[in-house]
Amino acid sequence: MRITVGVDGTRYTDDVEPRMLLVHYLRERLGKTGTVVGCDTSNCGACTVHLDGHSVKSCSVLAVQADGSEVTTIEGLARDGRMHPVQQAFRDNHALQCGFCTPGMIMQAIDLLADDPDPDDNAVRHGLEGNLCRCTGYQNIVRAVRDAASKMAPGAGPAAEQVAEPTLDPASRSSDADISAPAPSHTGGGS
Amino acid sequence: MIPARFDYVAPTTVDEAVRALADAGEDGKVIAGGQSLLPVLRMRLAAPTKLVDIGRIPELRAIREDGDAIVIGAMATHYEVQRDPLVREHAALITAATDTVADPQVRHRGTFGGSIAHADPAGDLLAPALAMDAEMVVAGMDGRRTVPAAEYFVDFFTTAMTPAELLVEVRLPKYTGWRAHYEKFNRVAQSWSMVAVAAMVRTDGGTIAEARIGLTNMASVPVRARAVEDALVGQAATAENIKAAAANAANGTSPTSDGNADGEYRSHLARVLTGRALTAAIG
Repeated sequence: MRITVGVDGTRYTDDVEPRMLLVHYLRERLGKTGTVVGCDTSNCGACTVHLDGHSVKSCSVLAVQADGSEVTTIEGLARDGRMHPVQQAFRDNHALQCGFCTPGMIMQAIDLLADDPDPDDNAVRHGLEGNLCRCTGYQNIVRAVRDAASKMAPGAGPAAEQVAEPTLDPASRSSDADISAPAPSHTGGGS
Repeated sequence: MIPARFDYVAPTTVDEAVRALADAGEDGKVIAGGQSLLPVLRMRLAAPTKLVDIGRIPELRAIREDGDAIVIGAMATHYEVQRDPLVREHAALITAATDTVADPQVRHRGTFGGSIAHADPAGDLLAPALAMDAEMVVAGMDGRRTVPAAEYFVDFFTTAMTPAELLVEVRLPKYTGWRAHYEKFNRVAQSWSMVAVAAMVRTDGGTIAEARIGLTNMASVPVRARAVEDALVGQAATAENIKAAAANAANGTSPTSDGNADGEYRSHLARVLTGRALTAAIG
């Protein structure tokens, strides 16, 4: 069956089997392997993407159901080599260890902040209840989401957008660059 | 895991969908939001040969007021139901129960009608629908018929619909001014209810004038806690009266035992949760 889907700002038209899951379409057809398959039973949320502006678990959506829709994945968040404020906040707050849950956590966190721009700890935990992390114990994830909320708040000013160096530049991936990256100017309300 | 092969159609009207289901016969299956069906297909617990996707039928998405009823289209998502002011005002029990369904991602895709038609006894919308005397509007090749909630749920994952019928909408009588609460007990976030209690009451002064209580996962179908309802009517809304009435919550039920809880524990939960639900509803 032929589908046309917008993914991270690009339109794709492809013939797919009806049984192909959206996550497999993204990874295997489009090469968007930033979205991962975790549990494969719709529990863990690692495969979360946005479908027409709302978070979904892409292992529980058929590619044909996304026909005519817009999909945003973790790979579509960065702008001009700069990470999205939520991505940056996860980095600044050490909100990941193995990193496998991170793409889904970030996509769900963005969805949460769209509904509730200033969530308290409890609201963050409830908003992320469909995402499992087996490493962090969630503390730093909650901190990161609240840090991002404060930086994305109206009136946070252009300084809030000036998050670190352009960290998608390969040169900045060295450990020196990591250490020299500016400390977050705001630690959020979670601490 | 990848589902077994199936044919797929996405009709744009109810009539087309019903015709597609009739053509497919026993091997056809409706897919609404797919949040229950897709995991089942992936694990190959089922392998229908034809999926009829009702997600592209605009008529099925609407939530509207119709005289004394609030009508929820089968394809309205949990997310849409949660935020609907009409539902909140006239069917607060549905709002309360929907808030507890799964997680945000599932609520974005999963649908009210899909949950009802799937008829999982642990599903959170069945007991509220029963307690409210909802009516299911079902379309088939011979037209539409209305099935009361008390007759709709037949057994585990089994409803009064034939495989060639489609749930179109659910009519909920208005319970304006009633106070409602859904008390759910589960082990971890986003898991299914071990037991849950859907309670709503109408108070008159400090007296309970009417009460309606539905129990989730206390049988293969949702059940009413009639003994509790009867014990409450005409009573002052005090903690003692609520506790005494709630002690009857498991009367006449024979809940199943499984890996999550044995039947005796479920009965205990029903009594405790009914007390909590009533206390929260009455506030």
